[in-house]
Amino acid sequence: MSGDVCIVGIGIHRFGRTDGLSGVDQGVFAVREALADAGVEWPQVQFAYGSSDAAGNPDTMVDRLGLTGVQFINVRNGCAAGGSALFSAQMAIKSGEFDLGVAVGFDKHPRGAFNALPSEYNLPDWYGEVGQMVTTQFFAAKIMRYMSLFGISQKSLGMVAEKAFRNAVHAPHAWRRQPVSLEEILEAPLVSDPYTKYMFCSPAEGGVALILASEKKARELGKPLIRLKAATMRTRPPSSFEVFAPSVDVVADDSGPRGTASRIASADAYRLAGMGPGDIDVAQLQDTEAGAELMHMAENGFCADGEQEQWLAEGRTEIGGALPVNTDGGCLACGEPIGASGLRQVYENVVQLRGDGGGRQVPGAPKTAYSHVYGAPGVSAVTILER
Amino acid sequence: MKAIAEGLFTEETPPRLIGGKDRETGRIVFPCPSSETYEPVALGSEGTLWSYTVQRFRPKTPPYAGPEAFAPWVVAYVELPGQVIVEARLNNVAFDDVKVGMAVRFAPSPLNPELADSPYIPAYVPVSAPAAGGAA
Repeated sequence: MSGDVCIVGIGIHRFGRTDGLSGVDQGVFAVREALADAGVEWPQVQFAYGSSDAAGNPDTMVDRLGLTGVQFINVRNGCAAGGSALFSAQMAIKSGEFDLGVAVGFDKHPRGAFNALPSEYNLPDWYGEVGQMVTTQFFAAKIMRYMSLFGISQKSLGMVAEKAFRNAVHAPHAWRRQPVSLEEILEAPLVSDPYTKYMFCSPAEGGVALILASEKKARELGKPLIRLKAATMRTRPPSSFEVFAPSVDVVADDSGPRGTASRIASADAYRLAGMGPGDIDVAQLQDTEAGAELMHMAENGFCADGEQEQWLAEGRTEIGGALPVNTDGGCLACGEPIGASGLRQVYENVVQLRGDGGGRQVPGAPKTAYSHVYGAPGVSAVTILER
Repeated sequence: MKAIAEGLFTEETPPRLIGGKDRETGRIVFPCPSSETYEPVALGSEGTLWSYTVQRFRPKTPPYAGPEAFAPWVVAYVELPGQVIVEARLNNVAFDDVKVGMAVRFAPSPLNPELADSPYIPAYVPVSAPAAGGAA
């Protein structure tokens, strides 16, 4: 195939709670919206990749969309499921086999913390019996270590959450769209130290669909070209610290952060796109908890470890800053329907590149946009878009 | 003292944690996997706090099998020098006094302190604390 894979249509079912509508229904809603946005009909779609963690098999949506015999592959890959669906979809076009396809993700999780059982993670039963089968413990312990190494304060965690809710006011697809003051965030009950309840995202519901096309097809459709310059998905390196870890390797020099899947996926994405962090105009970084946004700024190469507080003080990650981060409020404000979450980031990036962000639009007509998801047990997916 | 699972603690008094040493690479993990490639090894009794958090809500049952009544506890990652970093509770310490780098010692504690025959779970206490385990 010559040229780039392009995103020619986007659709979203609002995140949060939608009683009476199944996860698949929300996925179908998003696909229909994306098809209309691209100006194509379902029978033209040659293939689909669908991601869902807890809301059923995505391919069942052909019942609703039309029994065209289309190739439809289901993807499960932890919190990177949506990113993995998108990665697979762009490969199908890059291979030259297809010109037009869909990446769709949706989910519908029960209220409360994710309910994981040890046997699903190759862990002994006692690990759950003693109360360690709790994802929030890992995220809190990861930032606690990082804070002790790099002098990040709890107030900075609060500032990340405050920005998320403030940005989400202007994002119609977000769940929590009321601003919350820094004081209220910091004084809220602790869930897992140092995080208060506003600093963790919640499992949620929602659906996102993207229509992908070869550059030739995109030109035929007459759409503005939003090019997918890189899409990478990677797994963890040795000695990384991951969720549900009864033990972690001792390393010779432990004065810095451990290697992560995110660092690998990020470096490869820059290489593929022929860009560096300084070339990026807007970024959506996995922020399932407030500290993740800060750590992921460094893991994705945007700042050095320990520079985050200065970035916050200078407002660099604000909508009008040097590198706006999580312009729709991210996972903190949108919640996390696992199958849809990574695709929401790309949706938001397309909105920003088209200049359709309304009250949350990044000024100066951004040309490049970056997205990053991380999931258990050490998977990460990155995309770089350019218009 | 009855451990919550077989093969977690050594039989000595006081007991030590049992890790698994990869027979080929020498890498130590915890707990010891039930695989021929891992050789059970007694882990060091003392280490330093690598990281931590406080579990502030009662985890879902199942799989949590602790008492109905809930009191927050410290979830610790303890570095055993030259061996491995293990996840366990940290008892006998005020939450505000927990600091990365503090010295801690292995001291298993009952999962349910109200029960006389409660199984014991992996836990540490500050080195400065008295020998007996138990919740903070």
